[in-house]
Amino acid sequence: MKSLVSILLMLACYGLMANEAAPLAEDPVVEQRLIGISEEMRCLVCQNESLAGSRSDLANDLRAQIRSMIKAGKSDAEIRQYMVDRYGDFVLYRPPVKPITWLLWLGPFTTLVVGIIGLLMYLRKRNTSMDSRTLSDDENRRLDALLNTVETEFKKDSRP
Amino acid sequence: MKSRLLIPLILFVLLVIFLAVGLSRDPHEVPSPLIGKSAPTFELGQLADPQKMFSPESMKGEVWMLNVWASWCVACREEHPLLIAFSKTQTLPIIGLDYKDQRPAAMAMLAREGNPYILSAFDGDGHVGIDYGVYGVPETYIIDKAGVIRYKNIGPITPDILREKISPLITELNRS
Amino acid sequence: MIPELGHYALILAFCVALVQGVLPLFGAQQGRREWLVLARPAAQTVFLLLVFAFGSLAWSFYVNDFSVLYVAEHSNTLLPTVYRLGAVWGGHEGSLLLWLLLLSTWTFLVAQLSKTLDEFMVARVIGVLGLVSSGLLLFVLATSNPFERLLPAAQEGRSLNPLLQDPGLVFHPPMLYMGYVGFSVAFAFAIASLLSNRLDAAWARWSRPWTTAAWIFLTLGIALGSWWAYYELGWGGWWFWDPVENASFIPWLVGTALLHSLAVTEKRGVFKSWTVLLAITAFSLSLLGTFLVRSGVLTSVHAFATDPRRGIFILILLFLVVGSSLTLYAVRAPKRAMGAKFTLTARETMILLGNVFLVTAAASVLLGTLYPLLIDALNLGKISVGPPYFNAVFVPIMIPLLVLMGIGPWTNWKNTNLLAVIKRLWIAALLAVLAALLIPRVMGEFTWLASLGFLLAFWIIGSGIQQVIRQFKAGKPTGSFIGMQFAHLGIAIFVIGVTMVGAYQEERDVKMSSGDTVAVGGYQIQMQGIAAVTGPNYMATRGTFVVSRKGQLETTLYPEKRNYVASTMPMTEAAINAGLTRDIYVSLGEALPDQSWAVRVYYKPFVDWIWGGCLLMAIGGIIAMLDKRYRSKLRGKHEI
Repeated sequence: MKSLVSILLMLACYGLMANEAAPLAEDPVVEQRLIGISEEMRCLVCQNESLAGSRSDLANDLRAQIRSMIKAGKSDAEIRQYMVDRYGDFVLYRPPVKPITWLLWLGPFTTLVVGIIGLLMYLRKRNTSMDSRTLSDDENRRLDALLNTVETEFKKDSRP
Repeated sequence: MKSRLLIPLILFVLLVIFLAVGLSRDPHEVPSPLIGKSAPTFELGQLADPQKMFSPESMKGEVWMLNVWASWCVACREEHPLLIAFSKTQTLPIIGLDYKDQRPAAMAMLAREGNPYILSAFDGDGHVGIDYGVYGVPETYIIDKAGVIRYKNIGPITPDILREKISPLITELNRS
Repeated sequence: MIPELGHYALILAFCVALVQGVLPLFGAQQGRREWLVLARPAAQTVFLLLVFAFGSLAWSFYVNDFSVLYVAEHSNTLLPTVYRLGAVWGGHEGSLLLWLLLLSTWTFLVAQLSKTLDEFMVARVIGVLGLVSSGLLLFVLATSNPFERLLPAAQEGRSLNPLLQDPGLVFHPPMLYMGYVGFSVAFAFAIASLLSNRLDAAWARWSRPWTTAAWIFLTLGIALGSWWAYYELGWGGWWFWDPVENASFIPWLVGTALLHSLAVTEKRGVFKSWTVLLAITAFSLSLLGTFLVRSGVLTSVHAFATDPRRGIFILILLFLVVGSSLTLYAVRAPKRAMGAKFTLTARETMILLGNVFLVTAAASVLLGTLYPLLIDALNLGKISVGPPYFNAVFVPIMIPLLVLMGIGPWTNWKNTNLLAVIKRLWIAALLAVLAALLIPRVMGEFTWLASLGFLLAFWIIGSGIQQVIRQFKAGKPTGSFIGMQFAHLGIAIFVIGVTMVGAYQEERDVKMSSGDTVAVGGYQIQMQGIAAVTGPNYMATRGTFVVSRKGQLETTLYPEKRNYVASTMPMTEAAINAGLTRDIYVSLGEALPDQSWAVRVYYKPFVDWIWGGCLLMAIGGIIAMLDKRYRSKLRGKHEI
C-alpha cells in the first residue's frame, strides 16, 4: 500500500514536472554567452541581421561553431579573432579600434568638445563686440533725459 | 565673405565626392582576409570515393583553383559551363569543394551537367567552408605553388572575370 | 488609359513646376509683379496635377491593372484591398510619387495660408519649392516612371513582401515623408530670406509653425516605424540603428535643434545665421536620406531595389540643391552678430548649448552611418558600424542634454542667476535621486545604467512639475509653454520606457508541447495547442497560449507562423498582450523533430512608454502650434 502511494505520488510529481517547458538551449549559460557574442556580429548572408538573430544556414552553422568554442573554453576575444580571421572586420558590428577607425571613435567626442569651446569663444567675442556698439553710461543718461522730456510732452498732449 | 561660412559647403562637397565613389562600390561584397595567407589545411573524403582523402598540401608546387559549389546552388549553374570549357583548356587543375551537399544529388549533377573537376572534396557539414570564409556559393580561390591564396572570386565566374583577372594571374603565378 | 493620363499629368506638372520655380524667383529679383503673381496659381496647379497622377496610380492598384509594370511588381489579386493602397508606396517609383505629392501639398498649403505675407517673400518661398519639385519630377520622369507599361500584361502580380502587409505599412511612410518633406518649407523660407537679403525676425516667425508641423509628422513617422518593427518582426527589438532608420533620425535631431533655434530667433532676433544654416541642413539631410535609401550605397533591410543610374541622378540633384544653398549662405549670411547682448547663463546660451548637443549627436550618427562607405571608397577595406557603436556614442552625448533640459526652461533671457535656479531645483533633484535609488530596487535589480536612466527622466519630470506650479501662480500659461511641457515630458517617458525594457526585460527560449508552461516576469504562459489556419493569402500554424498571473487568467495569445502564397519566406506573427506597465510577447519559432515547438516569450516592462513618449512629444508640438499667435495669422490679422 505504502509503495503504491509513493508510486502514485512519484507519477503525480512527474506529471507536474512534465509541464514545465524545457529551455531550447542545452546549456543556458553557454547560450547567454553565445547571444552576447553573436549579437555584436553581422550575419554574412542576411547582412541586415545580427548573427544572433539570423536564421540562415550559415548563421546556424557559425553559431554552432561559436557554441563549441565556448564549451572548449575559448575567450570572447579569441572567438572574435576566429571570425575576423575568416570573414574580416566586416563581421564585427563594433568596429575595432585601429588607425582607420580613430576618426570614427574619436570624432563624436571631439566634435562635442570643439562645439562647446567654439560656443564659448563665440559668445565671448559677441559680447565684447556688443559692448563696443552699445551706448556708454554718459550717453545713456543723456538719452534718458531726452526720453523723459518727450514723455512729459506726450502726456500733456494726450490729456483730454 | 567670412571664410568660416564656407565650412559647411566644403564639408558637403567632400561628402558628395565620397558618395559618388561609393556608387561604384558594392556594399554587400565581403573581401576575404585570407588573401596573401596560406590556404587553411584540411583533410576531406572525396565526393566520388569517401575513402580517398584530399588535402590542399598535395597541390603544393602547382598553381590551382579551388571552386566551392553545391548541387542546390542555382548560381553555380551559371558558371558551370564556363568551368567545363575552362577545364578543357588544361590551364590549371580545378578542385571542387562540394559544400553542405548530399552525395547522391551532387554526383547526379556532375553526371548531368559535366564534371570540370579533377576531384571534389566533400564538405558535408561546411566546416572547411567556414575556415575558408565561404558565405555564399559559388566562390572560387586561386592558390599558388606555395599554397598561398592569391585571389578569391565571390559569385559565379563570368567570362570577363576569367579573361581580365583570373587568366593573367594564373600566367603570372606560373612564371615564378 | 488612366496610367497614360497619370503619366501625362506628371509631364504637365514638371512644366508648371518649372514655371513655378523660375519665374517668381526672377520676378522677385527684378521686381516684375506679373511674374511674382504666378507663384500661387502655379503651386495650386502642380498640386492638382500630382493629386491626379497619384490617384491614377492608386486606381491602377485598386483595379489590379497588371499592365502597369509597377503594379505587377508590387501587387497581387490576393492582396486585400486595404493593403493595395499601401502597396502604392511599397516600391521606389510609387514612394517617390508620394514624396512629390506631399511636397506639392506642403507647397499648396503655404500658398493658401500665406495671404498676409509679403508677396515678394511668398514668390521666393514658392519659387524655391517649385525648383525642388521640378528637379524631383525630372528624376521621376527620366528614371523612375511609375506608369511604365508591361506588355503583354501579367496575369498575376508578384506579391508584396508579406512583412509589408500590415496597417503599420499603410501609415508609416506617409507620416515619415510628411515630416521629411515638410522641412522643405523651413528650407524655402531660409533661402527666400537669404535671397531677399533681409534677415529680420519675421521669417523666423513664419517658419516656426511649418517647422513644428513637419517635426510632429517626423516624430510620429519614426515612432510608427519603430513600433511596427517591434510587433511585426517577431523578436522584440525596436531600434536597430539601420542606415535607413538613421537617415530619418538624423534630420529629426537637427529639426529639434532648428525648432528651438527658431524660437530664439523669433523672440530675441539672435542666431539668425545659425538658424538659417540649420534650416538648410535639415532639408539637406532629408534629401541625403532619400539618396541613401535608393542608391544602393549602404547595406540596409529598407533599401529599395537599386539602380546606379538613379543613384547618380539623385546625387546630382542633391549636389545642385544643397551646393547652391550653402554657397548662397556663405555669400549672404549676416556677418555680424545682431540683436541684444546676452550672458553665458542666459536662456539663449542654454538653447545654443542644447543645439550643440543635438547637432553633435546628429553628426555622430551620420559619421557612423557613412563610415563604412568612407573606408570602402578609400580602398581601405570593409568594416561594419552597428548598434554597439551607436549606443556607445549616442547615449553619452544625450546625458548632458537631458540634464540641461531640466535647467534650461528656468533660465531667463539675456541673463540668469544660475546659482539661484539650481538651488530652486532641489526638489526635482531629490525626486530624481529617489527614483534612481528606489525604482531599481522595486524592479528587482540595481544596475548603474538603469539608475542613471531614472535619475535623468525624473529630473526632467520634477523640473517640469516645478515649472507648471510656478506658471499657474503667475497666470494663464501659453500654448507654447504647455506644448513644451508635454514634449519634454514625452522625452522623460521615452527614457523611462527605454531604461525599463533595457534593464528589466526577460526572455525565455523554450521548447513547448501542448500542456507545457513557461514562467516569465511573474506570469505563467501555457501552451494549449497548435492548429492549422488559412488566411486570405496565406496558410498558417497558430498556437494557443494562455497567460495567467497568480492563478488568474489574464489573456489568451495566438501567435502564428505564416506561409504566404506568393512568397517562400515563412513569416512570424508574434502575439502581444500590450499593457500600460508591460507587454507579454509570444513568438512561435520552428517546429522541432519531436513534435514540440520552439517558442520565445518576452516580458517587456513599460515598453509602450517608448512610443507613448513619442506621442506626447507630438502632442506637445500640436499644442505649441495652436498657440494664439499662429491662429491669429490664420485668420489673416495684420502682422507688424
